[in-house]
Amino acid sequence: MSFLEMLYFIIPSAIFFATPLIFTAIGGVFSERSGVVNIGLEGLMVVGAFVGIYVNLEFASTFGAATIWVAMLAAVIAGGIFSLFHAVASISFRADQTVSGVAINLLGLAVTVFLVKMIYGKGQTDMITQPITRFAIPYLKDIPFFGPLLFRDVYSTSILAFAVAIGAWFIIYKTPFGLRLRAVGEHPMAADTMGVNVNRMRYIAVVISGALGGLGGAVYAQSITSDFSHATIAGQGFMAIAAMIFGKWHPIGALGAALFFGVAQTLSVAGSTIPYVQDIPAVYLQILPYVLTILALAGFIGKANAPKASGQPYIKGKR
Amino acid sequence: MSNRVINILVPIISIIIGLIVGAIVMIVSGYDPVQGYSALWTGIFGDSYSIGNTIRQITPYLLAGLAVAFAFRTGLFNIGVEGQLILGWLAAAWVGYAFDLPKIIHLPLALLAAAAAGAFWAFIAGFLKAKFKVHEVIATIMLNYTALYIANAVIKKLSDGGFKTERVHESASLRSPFLRELTDNSSLHYGIIVALLMVMVMWFILEKTTRGYELKAVGFNKHAADYAGMSVNKNIILAMTISGMFAGLGGAMEALGTFQNASIKPGFTGIGFDGIAVALLGANTPLGVVFGASLFGSLKYGALNMPNAAGIPEEIVSIIIALIIFCVASGYIIRVALQKLRKKKEGQ
Repeated sequence: MSFLEMLYFIIPSAIFFATPLIFTAIGGVFSERSGVVNIGLEGLMVVGAFVGIYVNLEFASTFGAATIWVAMLAAVIAGGIFSLFHAVASISFRADQTVSGVAINLLGLAVTVFLVKMIYGKGQTDMITQPITRFAIPYLKDIPFFGPLLFRDVYSTSILAFAVAIGAWFIIYKTPFGLRLRAVGEHPMAADTMGVNVNRMRYIAVVISGALGGLGGAVYAQSITSDFSHATIAGQGFMAIAAMIFGKWHPIGALGAALFFGVAQTLSVAGSTIPYVQDIPAVYLQILPYVLTILALAGFIGKANAPKASGQPYIKGKR
Repeated sequence: MSNRVINILVPIISIIIGLIVGAIVMIVSGYDPVQGYSALWTGIFGDSYSIGNTIRQITPYLLAGLAVAFAFRTGLFNIGVEGQLILGWLAAAWVGYAFDLPKIIHLPLALLAAAAAGAFWAFIAGFLKAKFKVHEVIATIMLNYTALYIANAVIKKLSDGGFKTERVHESASLRSPFLRELTDNSSLHYGIIVALLMVMVMWFILEKTTRGYELKAVGFNKHAADYAGMSVNKNIILAMTISGMFAGLGGAMEALGTFQNASIKPGFTGIGFDGIAVALLGANTPLGVVFGASLFGSLKYGALNMPNAAGIPEEIVSIIIALIIFCVASGYIIRVALQKLRKKKEGQ
């Protein structure tokens, strides 16, 4: 395999693996920017993956090629609703946000596997008939170098992921809503004095994170696994949290980190066919995202600082 | 109602809410909750075999619960019990089969190896927190996956490309023919004694030693502890290390007792995360952990009887456990409700 061929294989594949991470990590950015830690992203992805696969299986004959979009929309709604558990517990009931997130993970997996067994009478669904497929963008694919690199094997969901990342950046940094969101996460009391409804902002942020987490799960299940079982989402949500931190709580940073983790995932899955990479034991590539995140937090790769009020419930009148 | 009563009432009310919502879920999904809960009951207490296996299931939950509770008491959230447990599991299994020693040395050595492995993994998180201010929740989550992949790679290497290590030698095993016979061939093993011993160790450290007092002081208010001349950083590292030791021993229970080897895992065991539930329900006290581990261990094992006896997926129990965690974590609202109730009574 020549270097160029290698690149043409690794880059599209990395984008493919990164796509679900991008959605979920940006969901995490919204939640954490508002001051609510969301360890429950894994569970929200599980819910999204289940709903995506369920809708795809049940309605593939009705909607045909549009099924994936219906399934993703359903997953967005389901993820948003499911995240309300986390929102109510950690915002209104002042539960420990990490504990509530852990409970979301347990609940998400338990409820979905329970439903799969109830609906299908077995622990694993059938394979979907309408997976997310790739296509080539006309004209653009003929550009030398960049064509085969970026435009020959494109998934519509990947384009959506980039759009969501840019959209999230615009919302968080260029709109009044985003300013309030960040204020609530940095200094809720100051925001409150300026008339921002802290709890409402946090509710909105957590529901957005649930919706994007659900979307990430649906994309993952419909493009990578094509079915749903207890092991469909195994750590993707936590890797998204890693991407969010490695991206320094910034949407574009999270996008970049997710893409980078996508490269690591590609190499760990298909590394045995790539020269040089095949000499690296797969375990190094598997642990790379997590180790890098720790190093980033420790300040070895630029300091990553969490929003100041992250993790604390806001109690009016308390200093 | 005194604070003490409320502290005991919150978990009890949470359990009741969890069970009621679980029943509602069963009704809505078209299952019979009476049949479901009686299958759960028989699964736990039905015969001596079930009781033996239930106690076996409680054993690692005790240690995982202790690990989380101990860290909590020092103001730390060890969400990395899972990873520490996996490495303890691997270390115990390796020492268990790689050495030939008399039982009196071999078994303690294997346990010690597991404790050391878990302690080391938690130490990393403690060190990162003390030195670089890395939040321990994130650090331990990342270390969980790192541990999982490393353990899998090592097992693959140790077994020459296989998926599990050799069986541990008899001299390192916690299994006991006596306990087996007593419980109709269940897989009950001596690990429960180790676990209960550790409950006492935690109680002793926290309540009877100066170091334990310091650890608690740092947990209550680290600035005050610092002002009183205690080294906050040293105590953070120590607390994480001891917590990881408990977690590592939890892994040894699986390696030397239940499974007799270490195998490649596609994902987490779940014991570490359930340990959070155990500690939370037990209000982070040693005795509370015994209570929490008994409840969740029993529920988890009893649930396995539900698909056969009542046709209900066993995941219903995980749903109930998750709901209980939500309720205990939202204790604030239960407290408010209880206080309102009290005021109403006083008003009459």
